[in-house]
Amino acid sequence: MDTTPKAIAGVSTFLDDRIGPGNFLKRNLRKIFPDHWSFLLGEIALYSFIILLLTGTFLTFWFKPSMGEVVYSGSYQPLVGVKMSEAYASALNISFDVRGGLLIRQIHHWAALLFIAGMMVHMLRVFFTGAYRKPRELNWLIGVGLLTLALLEGLTGYSLPDDLLSGAGLRITEGVMLGIPVVGTYLTFLLFGGEYPGHDVISRFFTIHILLIPGILLALISAHLVLMWVQKHTQMPGTGRTEKNVVGAPFYPTFMAKAGAFTLFTFGVIALLGTFAQINPIWLFGPYTPADISAGSQPDFYMGFLEGSLRLMPAWEINFLDHTVSLSVLIPALVPLGIVMTGLALYPFIEQWVTGDRREHHTADRPRNNPHRTAIGFSGIAFYGVLWLLGANDEISANFHISLYETTIFGRFAIFLVPAIAYVVAYRICIGLQRKDAEVLSHGVESGVIKRLPHGEYIEVHTPAAQDIADHIRGKAEIPIIESGVDGEGIPPKGARTALGRLRAKASEAYGTDHVPLEEGHGHDEHAAIGAGDHSDGHRDGH
Amino acid sequence: MTDNINDQPEGRVPARVIGTPPSNGPILGDEIVHEEKGVPGVIPADPAVAKRAERIVALLFTITFLAGAAFIASYVIFQVGTIDRTAASNYALGSSLSIALLSLAAGIVVWVRQIMPKYNLVQERHPMASDADTKEYVEETFLQGANESGFVKHKLLRRTLLLAAAPLGLAPLVLLKDMGPLPGTALRHTVWGVPTKDGKPRRLVVEGTGQPIRAADFNSPGGILSVIPEGYEEDLNALAKATLILLKFRPDEIKSGTNLNWTHDGIVAYSKICTHVGCPAALYEQTTHHILCPCHQSTFDAADGAKVIFGPAARPLPQLPIAIDSEGYLVAKSDFNVPVGPSFWERGDAEAEAREQKA
Amino acid sequence: MIGTGNSVNSITARRRHPLARYAVVALALGLLGGGYAVAAPGGGSADAAIASGKADDVAQGKSLFVAHCASCHGLNAEGSAKAPTLVGVGAAAVDFQVSTGRMPAADAGPQAPRKPLGEWATPQAISDLAAYVQSLGGGPTRPAAEQVDPAKGDPAKGGELFRANCIQCHNFVGAGGALTYGKYAPPLNPATPTQIYEAMATGPQAMPVFNDSTITPDQKRDMIAYITHVRSQVDPGGSGLGRIGPVTEGLVAWIVGLSLLILASIWITAKKRRTHA
Repeated sequence: MDTTPKAIAGVSTFLDDRIGPGNFLKRNLRKIFPDHWSFLLGEIALYSFIILLLTGTFLTFWFKPSMGEVVYSGSYQPLVGVKMSEAYASALNISFDVRGGLLIRQIHHWAALLFIAGMMVHMLRVFFTGAYRKPRELNWLIGVGLLTLALLEGLTGYSLPDDLLSGAGLRITEGVMLGIPVVGTYLTFLLFGGEYPGHDVISRFFTIHILLIPGILLALISAHLVLMWVQKHTQMPGTGRTEKNVVGAPFYPTFMAKAGAFTLFTFGVIALLGTFAQINPIWLFGPYTPADISAGSQPDFYMGFLEGSLRLMPAWEINFLDHTVSLSVLIPALVPLGIVMTGLALYPFIEQWVTGDRREHHTADRPRNNPHRTAIGFSGIAFYGVLWLLGANDEISANFHISLYETTIFGRFAIFLVPAIAYVVAYRICIGLQRKDAEVLSHGVESGVIKRLPHGEYIEVHTPAAQDIADHIRGKAEIPIIESGVDGEGIPPKGARTALGRLRAKASEAYGTDHVPLEEGHGHDEHAAIGAGDHSDGHRDGH
Repeated sequence: MTDNINDQPEGRVPARVIGTPPSNGPILGDEIVHEEKGVPGVIPADPAVAKRAERIVALLFTITFLAGAAFIASYVIFQVGTIDRTAASNYALGSSLSIALLSLAAGIVVWVRQIMPKYNLVQERHPMASDADTKEYVEETFLQGANESGFVKHKLLRRTLLLAAAPLGLAPLVLLKDMGPLPGTALRHTVWGVPTKDGKPRRLVVEGTGQPIRAADFNSPGGILSVIPEGYEEDLNALAKATLILLKFRPDEIKSGTNLNWTHDGIVAYSKICTHVGCPAALYEQTTHHILCPCHQSTFDAADGAKVIFGPAARPLPQLPIAIDSEGYLVAKSDFNVPVGPSFWERGDAEAEAREQKA
Repeated sequence: MIGTGNSVNSITARRRHPLARYAVVALALGLLGGGYAVAAPGGGSADAAIASGKADDVAQGKSLFVAHCASCHGLNAEGSAKAPTLVGVGAAAVDFQVSTGRMPAADAGPQAPRKPLGEWATPQAISDLAAYVQSLGGGPTRPAAEQVDPAKGDPAKGGELFRANCIQCHNFVGAGGALTYGKYAPPLNPATPTQIYEAMATGPQAMPVFNDSTITPDQKRDMIAYITHVRSQVDPGGSGLGRIGPVTEGLVAWIVGLSLLILASIWITAKKRRTHA
């Protein structure tokens, strides 16, 4: 094709005459995107969000966010004649009397789970590769905000069908709100329009769920993408990749096509789940009444860690001067969420303070190359994981025949021990992997070829690692350590004189010290030197 | 193996032993190495490969077309209205949609991978910060504008503007006040304390059937009933606080924690609303007299005043004073003497107060 | 004993001991005379059994009782340190416990599980055993077939009662749930309508009792109708994932959903390394 087809040329001229996008396109059509599978994790969340918007809109066409009482007369026989809220009846109606309604409902719910799961793995990728470092701290903070909002969005959506399960979640929400000191009772009465459950909360949650939070999410996601676009994506270390360039494929046509394909994959996998795995079968739960509850009432997975922390907590409550602080509600509801979210938000800044590193970073760290960060991350995963696991301790107890209280008591210890163990284990693994890297560089790779030397000794031939692998390994960046040593006259630098300063200096040294420095090994290892060293280039040319 | 190597002419690269990684292959299993080495640039696809790929892509796109058509056909063919028909419709619509989407996705990936060139393009990054000239210009402009506006010079203007903004900022919050009434003492009372229209104590009725309960009928030790107040069977706000579990004990099973004056013939009524965060605590084991809340597993000893024996709940389930009326039906003697359900800031140690009042 | 050891379990072996037969006969004879005095207070039901021509069932049941139950529950069902008295528990309790395989109990766990029936536990044998225990002191009787016929119940009404009384332990579709100290509410799926009825009427193990005067037989039948209807109902949205709620859904989202998408992302971004042969 040598000329632009008339149709496209016409439209683009029309647009260019009016808004002049030419300059923007000139700069951006061939914008380079680095390739790595883990760079697509965030896109799972992005495309799930698009699916949520589309399917959610479909659902609103039939859903009636009302707590008014109706007598069910739809297609689901075991509930015919049962009194229920209009919200629940309309959700049943979507499931059984609208063609494709059940499918879209299930796709919506699966997409919600993958939206949040996608955000979580994306954040882990960003964390472990240090992609939150300058200049990307703002985008990281936006990400933390997005995750928090997504949890709220999930909570409000979970409550809408007004079935017995979602009502249990709402009741717990109320109980936790009541526990907030000073204003808890007032906030609860405002939210529920009086006493629980009242007649307003479903319609209020509906507005929050379909308008307020999605609006903010949409704005923040747009900002997130614009920042990513402007700052260009980080890249993995490798041949020809530096802090000053970006190596990869152009936006048009490759990245565009890949992103399109991944959108379809996301939609396709979620549709598969929606077809073959039943989710939230509200008709089995029955309508909500505050008098009833089912065994195994659980929140969706992303709230599981809060459920777990509520279950772990011993019964602590303080009464003073005719007022009550119920620590057994407040601590588990606020502390783990606070630790996780605040920890995530502050980490880039704490790391900067510890390392004194104010440089821009565009090359990702391999997780092993910053072992303390990786260990902290795994510690956090373990903390979250123990709480999450304990949020399902009744199912674990029932299905694996373990005494219920034993799971709780295990959890009370595990919440402190497992993160510590995870820290040590992850740290050791990182160091081990670094040693492996160092060995690959200095000794080369085992070729599997045995050679007999003239004097009769057998050796295995080592060949130097392939260029791209070696470059990938050499991408290991030094972690800066702040100046803390005494100068020539025995006086430590100004910042390191206070207790905090000394702590900072200590932390910086621990964080930044490289225990396994890389050394290039050409020539000084006789095993590597013999045999194949001169010929390895022969493998690589001809591409 | 050594023979094998010795057979090779000098100067050739040793052959690879089966089962070992190729010397230039990915040797680190956890890293996907995906980049063409060497010069950055555009490496066009092999025309033969592209031709083969085109056929695969065309096949996949055709499958998408067929599956998409099947989706539309399924919408017309499969009606809903019974659970089996809904199931069939869901399978038909969902599987055709999934196939259509996944097949299209796979087609595009093959297209990108086999027909489009391989790229290894390089672009320069520039520091995010603006250059010094720009910074200086912006700063100057900012100061110039600030001075021109007079905001700095005119103190009164500045202060009254801030003053003006304050109430406007609060206005949206004030507007939210009417979302709900003030709590008052609502959380301290339940409808059990409200007498019926003809002034009699309120009867206990079975949840689900609405039948009042004759004490003589509730006569199997180890029995449990979920009980709600007569006249409020449909009132969820009332039920959220007033729902009870009614238990029948053998007389010798009841321990000191239970107020015997509030029982009738071994029948004890506790609030069903958990004192932790308000789930209905209703898993009852008649052998151990444990009441377990399914949400966070607070466990109460029903024989001993529902005191907490495990879990995060800090207080026992309140006991409702019950008696029988002239016809032998169970009624509430009065309201609970402490607030039911989860703790709240204004609650205080209501149990201690109740004990003091009694003393 | 040694010779039978490897193919027959020890209980069966003991039962097959040459002396066991004599012991059973002797005990049965002794009980037939002496046991009547014990049974006398609850004579009404025993008389009823005799009147309906079931006296021989009682006798048969008694010998079964001595063989299979007496070691824990006592020769006269008076109970022991190991097990409660069975006087007054009624035929329904016996039928439930024995027909689900919970009794005779295998070992002293927190709770006797449902298990396959022993060879001796034929419907006739269970019926005889139930008649004997019924004759000891009354108690809930076994329901008639028509009393537990799901077709005659109203599942919608039953569903409301099921949600009010059962699901807190047994879960919203009867998939079961955890209780304290290793006890659990078992799944209702394997239970027959008769067994469900009997469980409600007698309150086996930790389960509370729902007697006929507060939850009437018709209401019990409604619940049975709901339980059997829902458990046999297809899952219109695909696999039910165990019907235990969001826990398995979360697992599927991570293990299936996320894994598939990560595989897709690896495929999209991976470039084949060209190696020369």
